[in-house]
Amino acid sequence: MRRWALGALGAGVLAWPWVAPRYFVFLASLILVNAVVAIGLNLLSGYTNQLSFGHAGFLAIGAYAAALLTIHAPAIPVVVTLLLGGAITAVVGLAFGVPCLRLGGLYLSMATLAFGFVVAEVILNLDALTRGADGLRVPAGRIAGWALSTDTARYYLAAAVTAVLVAGAVNLTRTRVGRAFLAIRESEVAAQASGVSLAAYRTAAFGVSAFYTGVAGGLFAFVVGYLSPDAFDVFLSVDFVVMIILGGLGSVPGSIMGAAVVTVLHDWLAAFQNFRPLIFGAILIACMLFMPGGMARALRPLGRR
Amino acid sequence: MKAALEIEDVSVYYGKRRALERVSVRVGEGEIVTLLGANGAGKSTVLRAVSGLVRPTGGRIVYAGRDITRWPADAIVAAGIGHVPEGRDIFPEFTVLDNLLVGGHTVARRELAGRLESAFELFPLLRERRRQPAGTLSGGEQQMLAMGRALVARPRLLLLDEPSLGLAPMLTREIFRVIRRINQSGVSVLLVEQNARRALGVAHRGYVLETGRLVVSGASRDLLEDQRVQTAYLGLRPPTEGAREGG
Repeated sequence: MRRWALGALGAGVLAWPWVAPRYFVFLASLILVNAVVAIGLNLLSGYTNQLSFGHAGFLAIGAYAAALLTIHAPAIPVVVTLLLGGAITAVVGLAFGVPCLRLGGLYLSMATLAFGFVVAEVILNLDALTRGADGLRVPAGRIAGWALSTDTARYYLAAAVTAVLVAGAVNLTRTRVGRAFLAIRESEVAAQASGVSLAAYRTAAFGVSAFYTGVAGGLFAFVVGYLSPDAFDVFLSVDFVVMIILGGLGSVPGSIMGAAVVTVLHDWLAAFQNFRPLIFGAILIACMLFMPGGMARALRPLGRR
Repeated sequence: MKAALEIEDVSVYYGKRRALERVSVRVGEGEIVTLLGANGAGKSTVLRAVSGLVRPTGGRIVYAGRDITRWPADAIVAAGIGHVPEGRDIFPEFTVLDNLLVGGHTVARRELAGRLESAFELFPLLRERRRQPAGTLSGGEQQMLAMGRALVARPRLLLLDEPSLGLAPMLTREIFRVIRRINQSGVSVLLVEQNARRALGVAHRGYVLETGRLVVSGASRDLLEDQRVQTAYLGLRPPTEGAREGG
Protein backbone atom coordinates (compact mmCIF):
# COMPACT_ATOMS: atom_id res chain seq x y z
CA MET A 1 0.00 0.00 0.00
CA ARG A 2 2.76 2.40 0.99
CA ARG A 3 5.03 1.32 -1.83
CA TRP A 4 2.16 1.66 -4.26
CA ALA A 5 1.38 5.17 -3.05
CA LEU A 6 5.02 6.21 -3.32
CA GLY A 7 5.20 4.80 -6.84
CA ALA A 8 2.06 6.69 -7.86
CA LEU A 9 3.43 9.88 -6.35
CA GLY A 10 6.73 9.45 -8.18
CA ALA A 11 4.97 8.80 -11.50
CA GLY A 12 2.78 11.86 -10.94
CA VAL A 13 5.79 14.06 -10.23
CA LEU A 14 7.57 12.79 -13.37
CA ALA A 15 4.53 13.15 -15.62
CA TRP A 16 3.46 16.56 -14.33
CA PRO A 17 5.21 18.76 -16.98
CA TRP A 18 3.57 16.69 -19.74
CA VAL A 19 0.03 17.13 -18.47
CA ALA A 20 0.03 20.51 -16.73
CA PRO A 21 0.14 23.98 -18.27
CA ARG A 22 3.44 25.83 -18.08
CA TYR A 23 2.48 28.04 -15.17
CA PHE A 24 1.56 25.05 -13.07
CA VAL A 25 4.94 23.51 -13.79
CA PHE A 26 6.50 26.66 -12.34
CA LEU A 27 4.13 26.48 -9.37
CA ALA A 28 5.07 22.85 -8.76
CA SER A 29 8.75 23.86 -8.75
CA LEU A 30 7.96 26.44 -6.08
CA ILE A 31 6.19 23.78 -4.02
CA LEU A 32 9.31 21.63 -4.23
CA VAL A 33 11.54 24.52 -3.16
CA ASN A 34 9.26 25.30 -0.24
CA ALA A 35 9.06 21.63 0.70
CA VAL A 36 12.84 21.51 1.05
CA VAL A 37 12.77 24.64 3.25
CA ALA A 38 9.94 23.18 5.34
CA ILE A 39 11.86 19.93 5.87
CA GLY A 40 14.93 21.94 6.84
CA LEU A 41 12.96 24.10 9.24
CA ASN A 42 11.26 21.04 10.67
CA LEU A 43 14.63 19.41 11.41
CA LEU A 44 15.34 22.42 13.60
CA SER A 45 11.96 23.33 15.04
CA GLY A 46 10.07 20.08 14.95
CA TYR A 47 12.92 17.88 16.11
CA THR A 48 14.96 20.00 18.49
CA ASN A 49 12.31 22.51 19.60
CA GLN A 50 14.06 25.58 18.22
CA LEU A 51 11.45 27.64 16.41
CA SER A 52 13.00 29.90 13.78
CA PHE A 53 11.40 32.99 12.30
CA GLY A 54 14.50 33.70 10.24
CA HIS A 55 14.55 31.01 7.59
CA ALA A 56 13.90 33.50 4.81
CA GLY A 57 17.38 34.75 5.74
CA PHE A 58 18.94 31.33 5.20
CA LEU A 59 17.00 30.97 1.96
CA ALA A 60 18.35 34.33 0.78
CA ILE A 61 21.94 33.33 1.59
CA GLY A 62 21.60 30.11 -0.40
CA ALA A 63 19.86 31.92 -3.26
CA TYR A 64 22.41 34.72 -3.56
CA ALA A 65 25.32 32.31 -3.15
CA ALA A 66 24.04 30.13 -5.98
CA ALA A 67 23.23 33.13 -8.20
CA LEU A 68 26.63 34.78 -7.70
CA LEU A 69 28.44 31.50 -8.27
CA THR A 70 26.55 31.02 -11.52
CA ILE A 71 27.31 34.56 -12.66
CA HIS A 72 31.00 34.54 -11.76
CA ALA A 73 31.81 30.88 -12.37
CA PRO A 74 29.39 29.69 -15.05
CA ALA A 75 31.43 26.56 -15.70
CA ILE A 76 30.44 24.98 -12.38
CA PRO A 77 27.69 22.37 -12.86
CA VAL A 78 24.40 23.39 -11.32
CA VAL A 79 24.38 20.54 -8.78
CA VAL A 80 27.76 21.62 -7.41
CA THR A 81 26.51 25.21 -7.25
CA LEU A 82 23.54 24.10 -5.18
CA LEU A 83 25.76 22.07 -2.85
CA LEU A 84 28.13 25.00 -2.40
CA GLY A 85 25.20 27.32 -1.69
CA GLY A 86 23.95 24.83 0.90
CA ALA A 87 27.41 24.50 2.44
CA ILE A 88 27.88 28.27 2.72
CA THR A 89 24.46 28.59 4.34
CA ALA A 90 25.27 25.71 6.70
CA VAL A 91 28.42 27.47 7.89
CA VAL A 92 26.38 30.61 8.59
CA GLY A 93 23.77 28.45 10.35
CA LEU A 94 26.36 26.80 12.59
CA ALA A 95 27.97 30.15 13.40
CA PHE A 96 24.54 31.49 14.30
CA GLY A 97 23.49 28.36 16.16
CA VAL A 98 26.33 28.32 18.67
CA PRO A 99 25.49 31.63 20.41
CA CYS A 100 21.79 30.72 20.16
CA LEU A 101 22.39 27.68 22.40
CA ARG A 102 22.14 29.95 25.39
CA LEU A 103 18.74 31.17 24.28
CA GLY A 104 15.51 29.31 24.74
CA GLY A 105 11.96 29.61 23.51
CA LEU A 106 10.86 33.15 22.82
CA TYR A 107 14.37 34.62 22.97
CA LEU A 108 15.60 32.20 20.36
CA SER A 109 12.69 33.09 18.09
CA MET A 110 13.50 36.78 18.55
CA ALA A 111 17.13 36.16 17.64
CA THR A 112 16.16 34.29 14.46
CA LEU A 113 13.70 37.04 13.57
CA ALA A 114 16.50 39.59 13.90
CA PHE A 115 18.76 37.34 11.83
CA GLY A 116 16.27 37.49 8.95
CA PHE A 117 16.27 41.30 9.03
CA VAL A 118 20.06 41.46 9.21
CA VAL A 119 20.44 39.24 6.14
CA ALA A 120 18.05 41.43 4.13
CA GLU A 121 19.96 44.55 5.20
CA VAL A 122 23.31 43.01 4.31
CA ILE A 123 22.04 42.10 0.85
CA LEU A 124 20.77 45.66 0.36
CA ASN A 125 24.05 47.19 1.45
CA LEU A 126 26.42 44.88 -0.39
CA ASP A 127 25.09 46.32 -3.63
CA ALA A 128 28.45 46.03 -5.41
CA LEU A 129 27.97 42.29 -5.20
CA THR A 130 24.21 41.80 -4.95
CA ARG A 131 23.02 44.90 -6.86
CA GLY A 132 20.98 45.76 -3.75
CA ALA A 133 17.39 46.78 -4.26
CA ASP A 134 17.74 46.68 -8.06
CA GLY A 135 17.72 42.94 -7.82
CA LEU A 136 19.83 40.30 -9.48
CA ARG A 137 19.02 38.42 -12.64
CA VAL A 138 20.05 34.77 -12.35
CA PRO A 139 21.44 33.15 -15.52
CA ALA A 140 20.32 29.63 -16.34
CA GLY A 141 22.25 26.93 -14.54
CA ARG A 142 24.23 24.51 -16.69
CA ILE A 143 24.64 20.82 -16.33
CA ALA A 144 26.94 18.86 -18.65
CA GLY A 145 26.93 21.68 -21.18
CA TRP A 146 23.17 21.87 -21.24
CA ALA A 147 21.46 25.05 -20.02
CA LEU A 148 18.40 24.64 -17.81
CA SER A 149 16.46 27.36 -19.61
CA THR A 150 12.91 26.00 -19.59
CA ASP A 151 10.42 25.67 -16.75
CA THR A 152 10.33 21.94 -17.35
CA ALA A 153 14.10 21.55 -17.08
CA ARG A 154 14.18 23.56 -13.88
CA TYR A 155 11.24 21.58 -12.55
CA TYR A 156 13.08 18.30 -13.07
CA LEU A 157 16.16 19.73 -11.38
CA ALA A 158 14.06 20.75 -8.38
CA ALA A 159 12.30 17.37 -8.31
CA ALA A 160 15.57 15.42 -8.39
CA VAL A 161 17.18 17.53 -5.67
CA THR A 162 14.06 17.38 -3.52
CA ALA A 163 13.86 13.60 -3.89
CA VAL A 164 17.45 13.23 -2.67
CA LEU A 165 16.91 15.59 0.26
CA VAL A 166 13.62 13.94 1.25
CA ALA A 167 15.31 10.54 1.23
CA GLY A 168 18.09 12.03 3.33
CA ALA A 169 15.67 13.44 5.88
CA VAL A 170 13.61 10.24 6.10
CA ASN A 171 16.71 8.14 6.60
CA LEU A 172 18.24 10.59 9.02
CA THR A 173 15.47 9.74 11.44
CA ARG A 174 16.49 6.08 11.22
CA THR A 175 20.07 6.73 12.21
CA ARG A 176 21.62 7.33 15.59
CA VAL A 177 21.86 11.05 14.86
CA GLY A 178 18.26 11.27 13.72
CA ARG A 179 17.03 9.31 16.72
CA ALA A 180 18.90 11.73 18.94
CA PHE A 181 17.17 14.69 17.22
CA LEU A 182 13.77 13.08 17.71
CA ALA A 183 14.58 12.08 21.28
CA ILE A 184 15.25 15.74 22.08
CA ARG A 185 11.84 16.57 20.63
CA GLU A 186 10.14 13.90 22.73
CA SER A 187 11.85 14.73 26.01
CA GLU A 188 14.92 16.86 26.57
CA VAL A 189 15.46 15.43 30.04
CA ALA A 190 15.24 11.80 28.95
CA ALA A 191 17.43 12.49 25.93
CA GLN A 192 20.12 13.99 28.14
CA ALA A 193 19.76 11.19 30.65
CA SER A 194 20.42 8.80 27.75
CA GLY A 195 23.67 10.55 26.93
CA VAL A 196 22.48 12.76 24.06
CA SER A 197 24.37 16.05 24.14
CA LEU A 198 21.79 18.81 23.88
CA ALA A 199 24.37 21.41 22.90
CA ALA A 200 25.96 19.33 20.15
CA TYR A 201 22.68 18.22 18.57
CA ARG A 202 21.06 21.62 18.76
CA THR A 203 24.01 23.16 16.98
CA ALA A 204 24.08 20.34 14.45
CA ALA A 205 20.37 20.88 13.82
CA PHE A 206 21.08 24.51 12.95
CA GLY A 207 23.74 23.39 10.49
CA VAL A 208 21.60 20.72 8.81
CA SER A 209 18.56 22.98 8.72
CA ALA A 210 20.56 25.81 7.17
CA PHE A 211 22.05 23.40 4.62
CA TYR A 212 18.60 22.27 3.45
CA THR A 213 17.36 25.84 3.32
CA GLY A 214 20.49 26.99 1.47
CA VAL A 215 20.06 24.32 -1.19
CA ALA A 216 16.42 25.34 -1.48
CA GLY A 217 17.61 28.93 -1.88
CA GLY A 218 19.73 27.90 -4.85
CA LEU A 219 16.77 26.11 -6.43
CA PHE A 220 14.64 29.18 -5.76
CA ALA A 221 17.18 31.36 -7.58
CA PHE A 222 17.10 29.13 -10.67
CA VAL A 223 13.34 28.58 -10.65
CA VAL A 224 12.38 32.23 -10.21
CA GLY A 225 15.33 33.64 -12.17
CA TYR A 226 15.38 36.95 -10.34
CA LEU A 227 16.39 37.83 -6.76
CA SER A 228 15.74 40.92 -4.72
CA PRO A 229 16.01 41.39 -0.97
CA ASP A 230 12.32 42.17 -0.49
CA ALA A 231 11.44 38.65 -1.66
CA PHE A 232 12.98 37.37 1.58
CA ASP A 233 10.98 39.37 4.08
CA VAL A 234 9.75 38.28 7.49
CA PHE A 235 6.40 37.22 6.05
CA LEU A 236 8.18 34.53 4.07
CA SER A 237 9.75 33.26 7.30
CA VAL A 238 6.31 33.17 8.87
CA ASP A 239 5.00 31.26 5.84
CA PHE A 240 7.61 28.59 6.47
CA VAL A 241 6.51 28.32 10.10
CA VAL A 242 2.89 28.00 8.94
CA MET A 243 3.95 25.20 6.57
CA ILE A 244 5.45 23.05 9.30
CA ILE A 245 2.74 23.70 11.86
CA LEU A 246 -0.01 23.04 9.31
CA GLY A 247 1.84 20.02 7.95
CA GLY A 248 2.99 18.61 11.25
CA LEU A 249 5.97 19.33 13.48
CA GLY A 250 8.64 16.70 13.19
CA SER A 251 7.14 15.03 10.13
CA VAL A 252 8.79 14.87 6.70
CA PRO A 253 5.58 14.06 4.76
CA GLY A 254 3.87 16.76 6.82
CA SER A 255 6.48 19.29 5.72
CA ILE A 256 5.78 18.49 2.08
CA MET A 257 2.00 18.68 2.52
CA GLY A 258 2.26 21.94 4.45
CA ALA A 259 4.51 23.42 1.77
CA ALA A 260 2.09 22.37 -0.97
CA VAL A 261 -0.98 23.82 0.74
CA VAL A 262 0.66 27.12 1.67
CA THR A 263 2.23 27.58 -1.77
CA VAL A 264 -1.04 26.91 -3.58
CA LEU A 265 -2.97 29.15 -1.18
CA HIS A 266 -0.47 31.89 -1.85
CA ASP A 267 -1.09 31.56 -5.52
CA TRP A 268 -4.87 31.69 -5.10
CA LEU A 269 -4.66 34.65 -2.79
CA ALA A 270 -2.37 36.62 -5.09
CA ALA A 271 -5.19 39.08 -5.75
CA PHE A 272 -5.82 39.60 -2.04
CA GLN A 273 -2.30 40.39 -0.84
CA ASN A 274 -3.53 42.48 2.08
CA PHE A 275 -5.51 39.62 3.56
CA ARG A 276 -2.60 37.21 3.41
CA PRO A 277 -1.34 37.67 6.99
CA LEU A 278 -4.92 37.53 8.25
CA ILE A 279 -5.71 34.28 6.49
CA PHE A 280 -2.41 32.61 7.34
CA GLY A 281 -2.64 33.79 10.93
CA ALA A 282 -6.11 32.27 11.16
CA ILE A 283 -4.81 28.99 9.73
CA LEU A 284 -2.01 28.97 12.28
CA ILE A 285 -4.37 29.53 15.22
CA ALA A 286 -6.88 27.00 13.92
CA CYS A 287 -4.14 24.40 13.53
CA MET A 288 -2.85 24.88 17.03
CA LEU A 289 -6.35 24.65 18.45
CA PHE A 290 -7.90 21.86 16.40
CA MET A 291 -5.06 19.99 14.74
CA PRO A 292 -2.01 20.15 17.01
CA GLY A 293 -0.16 17.40 15.15
CA GLY A 294 -0.83 19.05 11.80
CA MET A 295 -2.00 17.30 8.66
CA ALA A 296 0.50 14.51 9.19
CA ARG A 297 -1.21 13.39 12.39
CA ALA A 298 -4.73 14.12 11.16
CA LEU A 299 -4.17 11.91 8.11
CA ARG A 300 -2.32 9.13 9.86
CA PRO A 301 -5.37 6.97 10.54
CA LEU A 302 -6.00 6.91 6.77
CA GLY A 303 -2.52 5.57 6.08
CA ARG A 304 -2.94 2.78 8.61
CA ARG A 305 -6.04 1.41 6.99
CA MET B 1 33.87 0.28 51.53
CA LYS B 2 35.06 2.16 48.44
CA ALA B 3 32.72 4.94 47.39
CA ALA B 4 30.96 4.78 44.03
CA LEU B 5 29.53 8.24 44.54
CA GLU B 6 30.24 11.00 46.99
CA ILE B 7 27.98 14.02 47.11
CA GLU B 8 29.68 16.61 49.31
CA ASP B 9 27.88 19.68 50.67
CA VAL B 10 25.90 20.18 47.48
CA SER B 11 23.51 23.15 47.27
CA VAL B 12 21.11 23.76 44.40
CA TYR B 13 18.94 26.80 43.72
CA TYR B 14 16.14 27.06 41.19
CA GLY B 15 16.29 30.79 40.63
CA LYS B 16 16.08 32.23 44.13
CA ARG B 17 14.41 29.22 45.64
CA ARG B 18 16.60 26.85 47.53
CA ALA B 19 16.13 23.22 46.54
CA LEU B 20 19.12 21.69 48.33
CA GLU B 21 21.24 23.05 51.17
CA ARG B 22 24.64 21.45 51.78
CA VAL B 23 23.51 17.90 51.22
CA SER B 24 26.05 15.09 51.52
CA VAL B 25 25.27 11.56 50.41
CA ARG B 26 27.61 8.65 49.95
CA VAL B 27 26.93 5.53 47.90
CA GLY B 28 29.40 2.69 48.45
CA GLU B 29 30.55 0.39 45.67
CA GLY B 30 27.81 -2.24 45.21
CA GLU B 31 25.43 -0.57 47.64
CA ILE B 32 21.76 0.36 47.34
CA VAL B 33 21.15 3.70 49.02
CA THR B 34 17.74 5.31 49.24
CA LEU B 35 16.69 8.94 49.57
CA LEU B 36 13.40 9.40 51.39
CA GLY B 37 11.26 12.43 52.00
CA ALA B 38 7.99 14.12 51.22
CA ASN B 39 7.08 15.76 47.91
CA GLY B 40 9.34 18.71 47.21
CA ALA B 41 11.97 17.70 49.73
CA GLY B 42 14.63 17.79 47.02
CA LYS B 43 15.09 14.09 46.37
CA SER B 44 14.86 14.36 42.59
CA THR B 45 17.12 17.39 42.66
CA VAL B 46 19.89 15.29 44.18
CA LEU B 47 19.64 12.86 41.25
CA ARG B 48 19.44 15.68 38.71
CA ALA B 49 22.56 17.27 40.17
CA VAL B 50 24.45 13.98 39.95
CA SER B 51 23.50 13.38 36.32
CA GLY B 52 24.28 16.96 35.29
CA LEU B 53 20.73 18.08 34.57
CA VAL B 54 21.01 20.90 37.13
CA ARG B 55 24.17 22.72 38.22
CA PRO B 56 24.93 22.87 41.94
CA THR B 57 25.73 26.33 43.25
CA GLY B 58 28.04 24.84 45.83
CA GLY B 59 29.72 21.63 46.87
CA ARG B 60 31.07 18.87 44.68
CA ILE B 61 30.11 15.49 43.31
CA VAL B 62 32.75 12.79 43.00
CA TYR B 63 32.11 9.64 40.98
CA ALA B 64 34.68 6.82 40.90
CA GLY B 65 37.32 9.24 42.18
CA ARG B 66 36.61 11.94 39.55
CA ASP B 67 35.02 15.31 40.24
CA ILE B 68 32.04 15.37 37.84
CA THR B 69 30.32 18.43 39.32
CA ARG B 70 30.67 20.53 36.14
CA TRP B 71 30.58 17.75 33.56
CA PRO B 72 27.93 17.91 30.83
CA ALA B 73 25.12 15.37 31.17
CA ASP B 74 26.20 13.27 28.18
CA ALA B 75 29.74 12.87 29.55
CA ILE B 76 28.31 11.72 32.87
CA VAL B 77 26.25 9.04 31.12
CA ALA B 78 29.29 7.95 29.15
CA ALA B 79 31.28 7.73 32.40
CA GLY B 80 28.82 5.14 33.74
CA ILE B 81 25.97 6.85 35.55
CA GLY B 82 22.48 5.90 34.40
CA HIS B 83 19.48 8.03 35.32
CA VAL B 84 15.88 6.83 35.19
CA PRO B 85 14.02 10.16 35.45
CA GLU B 86 10.86 10.63 37.45
CA GLY B 87 7.57 9.92 35.75
CA ARG B 88 9.35 7.31 33.56
CA ASP B 89 9.90 9.94 30.85
CA ILE B 90 10.07 7.46 28.00
CA PHE B 91 9.83 8.64 24.38
CA PRO B 92 6.12 7.95 23.78
CA GLU B 93 6.11 8.19 19.96
CA PHE B 94 9.12 5.89 19.63
CA THR B 95 8.79 2.13 19.53
CA VAL B 96 10.07 0.20 22.52
CA LEU B 97 13.12 -0.81 20.48
CA ASP B 98 13.89 2.80 19.47
CA ASN B 99 13.64 3.87 23.11
CA LEU B 100 16.26 1.28 23.99
CA LEU B 101 18.41 2.35 21.04
CA VAL B 102 18.44 5.94 22.30
CA GLY B 103 19.57 4.51 25.63
CA GLY B 104 22.46 3.04 23.67
CA HIS B 105 23.42 6.42 22.25
CA THR B 106 26.83 6.30 23.92
CA VAL B 107 27.36 2.59 23.19
CA ALA B 108 29.66 1.41 20.39
CA ARG B 109 27.72 0.01 17.43
CA ARG B 110 29.14 -3.51 17.62
CA GLU B 111 28.19 -3.83 21.29
CA LEU B 112 24.66 -2.58 20.88
CA ALA B 113 23.02 -5.91 19.99
CA GLY B 114 24.41 -7.58 23.10
CA ARG B 115 23.27 -4.72 25.30
CA LEU B 116 19.74 -4.92 23.91
CA GLU B 117 19.77 -8.64 24.52
CA SER B 118 20.61 -8.21 28.20
CA ALA B 119 17.87 -5.59 28.59
CA PHE B 120 15.40 -8.03 27.05
CA GLU B 121 16.61 -10.78 29.38
CA LEU B 122 15.90 -8.59 32.39
CA PHE B 123 12.52 -7.48 31.02
CA PRO B 124 11.21 -10.23 28.69
CA LEU B 125 8.02 -8.26 28.20
CA LEU B 126 9.93 -5.56 26.34
CA ARG B 127 11.03 -8.08 23.74
CA GLU B 128 7.42 -9.00 22.98
CA ARG B 129 6.50 -5.32 22.70
CA ARG B 130 9.56 -4.08 20.90
CA ARG B 131 7.69 -2.92 17.78
CA GLN B 132 4.95 -1.21 19.79
CA PRO B 133 4.90 2.57 20.37
CA ALA B 134 6.10 3.15 23.93
CA GLY B 135 3.18 5.46 24.69
CA THR B 136 0.78 2.51 24.42
CA LEU B 137 2.48 0.58 27.24
CA SER B 138 1.01 0.41 30.73
CA GLY B 139 2.60 2.35 33.58
CA GLY B 140 4.54 -0.65 34.83
CA GLU B 141 5.76 -1.54 31.36
CA GLN B 142 6.86 2.05 30.82
CA GLN B 143 8.83 1.90 34.05
CA MET B 144 10.53 -1.28 32.87
CA LEU B 145 11.30 0.40 29.57
CA ALA B 146 12.77 3.44 31.29
CA MET B 147 14.98 1.17 33.39
CA GLY B 148 15.90 -0.95 30.39
CA ARG B 149 16.80 2.18 28.44
CA ALA B 150 19.20 3.30 31.17
CA LEU B 151 20.70 -0.19 31.48
CA VAL B 152 21.56 -0.42 27.77
CA ALA B 153 24.41 2.01 28.50
CA ARG B 154 25.58 -0.50 31.16
CA PRO B 155 25.96 1.98 34.03
CA ARG B 156 28.08 1.29 37.12
CA LEU B 157 25.77 3.52 39.13
CA LEU B 158 22.02 3.69 38.56
CA LEU B 159 19.90 6.63 39.71
CA LEU B 160 16.24 5.63 40.08
CA ASP B 161 13.60 8.30 40.58
CA GLU B 162 10.35 6.99 42.09
CA PRO B 163 10.23 3.73 40.14
CA SER B 164 7.10 2.56 41.95
CA LEU B 165 5.08 5.75 41.50
CA GLY B 166 1.52 4.95 40.48
CA LEU B 167 2.14 1.24 40.08
CA ALA B 168 -0.04 -1.56 41.39
CA PRO B 169 1.45 -3.46 44.37
CA MET B 170 2.25 -6.51 42.26
CA LEU B 171 4.18 -4.46 39.71
CA THR B 172 5.93 -2.56 42.48
CA ARG B 173 7.14 -5.88 43.88
CA GLU B 174 8.37 -6.88 40.45
CA ILE B 175 10.24 -3.60 39.96
CA PHE B 176 11.92 -3.93 43.34
CA ARG B 177 12.87 -7.51 42.58
CA VAL B 178 14.60 -6.28 39.42
CA ILE B 179 16.36 -3.50 41.32
CA ARG B 180 17.82 -6.11 43.64
CA ARG B 181 18.87 -8.21 40.67
CA ILE B 182 20.54 -5.25 38.96
CA ASN B 183 22.38 -4.53 42.18
CA GLN B 184 23.51 -8.13 42.50
CA SER B 185 25.13 -7.83 39.09
CA GLY B 186 27.44 -5.23 40.63
CA VAL B 187 25.62 -1.97 39.94
CA SER B 188 25.45 0.60 42.75
CA VAL B 189 21.99 2.14 43.11
CA LEU B 190 20.79 5.49 44.40
CA LEU B 191 17.04 5.15 44.80
CA VAL B 192 14.57 7.95 45.37
CA GLU B 193 11.25 6.73 46.75
CA GLN B 194 8.11 7.84 48.50
CA ASN B 195 7.30 4.27 49.39
CA ALA B 196 9.70 4.28 52.33
CA ARG B 197 8.89 0.83 53.60
CA ARG B 198 9.65 -0.82 50.28
CA ALA B 199 12.70 1.33 49.66
CA LEU B 200 14.19 0.50 53.05
CA GLY B 201 13.33 -3.13 52.41
CA VAL B 202 15.70 -3.23 49.46
CA ALA B 203 18.30 -0.58 50.41
CA HIS B 204 21.34 -1.05 52.62
CA ARG B 205 21.27 2.49 53.90
CA GLY B 206 19.02 5.53 53.66
CA TYR B 207 18.90 9.30 54.00
CA VAL B 208 15.87 11.41 54.82
CA LEU B 209 15.50 14.84 53.22
CA GLU B 210 13.26 17.63 54.43
CA THR B 211 12.93 20.86 52.43
CA GLY B 212 16.35 20.47 50.94
CA ARG B 213 18.24 19.41 54.06
CA LEU B 214 19.33 16.03 55.34
CA VAL B 215 17.65 15.33 58.66
CA VAL B 216 18.62 11.76 59.38
CA SER B 217 20.59 8.93 57.84
CA GLY B 218 21.59 5.43 58.73
CA ALA B 219 21.23 1.74 58.06
CA SER B 220 17.84 0.77 56.64
CA ARG B 221 17.07 -1.37 59.67
CA ASP B 222 17.52 1.58 62.05
CA LEU B 223 15.62 3.99 59.83
CA LEU B 224 12.58 1.73 59.75
CA GLU B 225 12.33 2.20 63.51
CA ASP B 226 12.90 5.96 63.39
CA GLN B 227 10.02 8.19 64.41
CA ARG B 228 10.84 10.90 61.87
CA VAL B 229 11.01 8.37 59.05
CA GLN B 230 7.60 7.10 60.01
CA THR B 231 6.29 10.64 59.82
CA ALA B 232 7.82 11.33 56.41
CA TYR B 233 6.61 8.01 55.13
CA LEU B 234 3.08 8.61 56.35
CA GLY B 235 3.17 12.12 54.93
CA LEU B 236 1.76 13.68 58.08
CA ARG B 237 4.20 16.56 57.96
CA PRO B 238 2.54 19.75 56.70
CA PRO B 239 3.76 20.79 53.24
CA THR B 240 6.41 23.49 53.52
CA GLU B 241 6.42 26.89 51.86
CA GLY B 242 7.47 27.09 48.23
CA ALA B 243 8.37 23.44 48.05
CA ARG B 244 6.81 22.47 44.72
CA GLU B 245 9.28 20.69 42.59
CA GLY B 246 7.66 17.31 42.67
CA GLY B 247 9.83 14.95 44.60
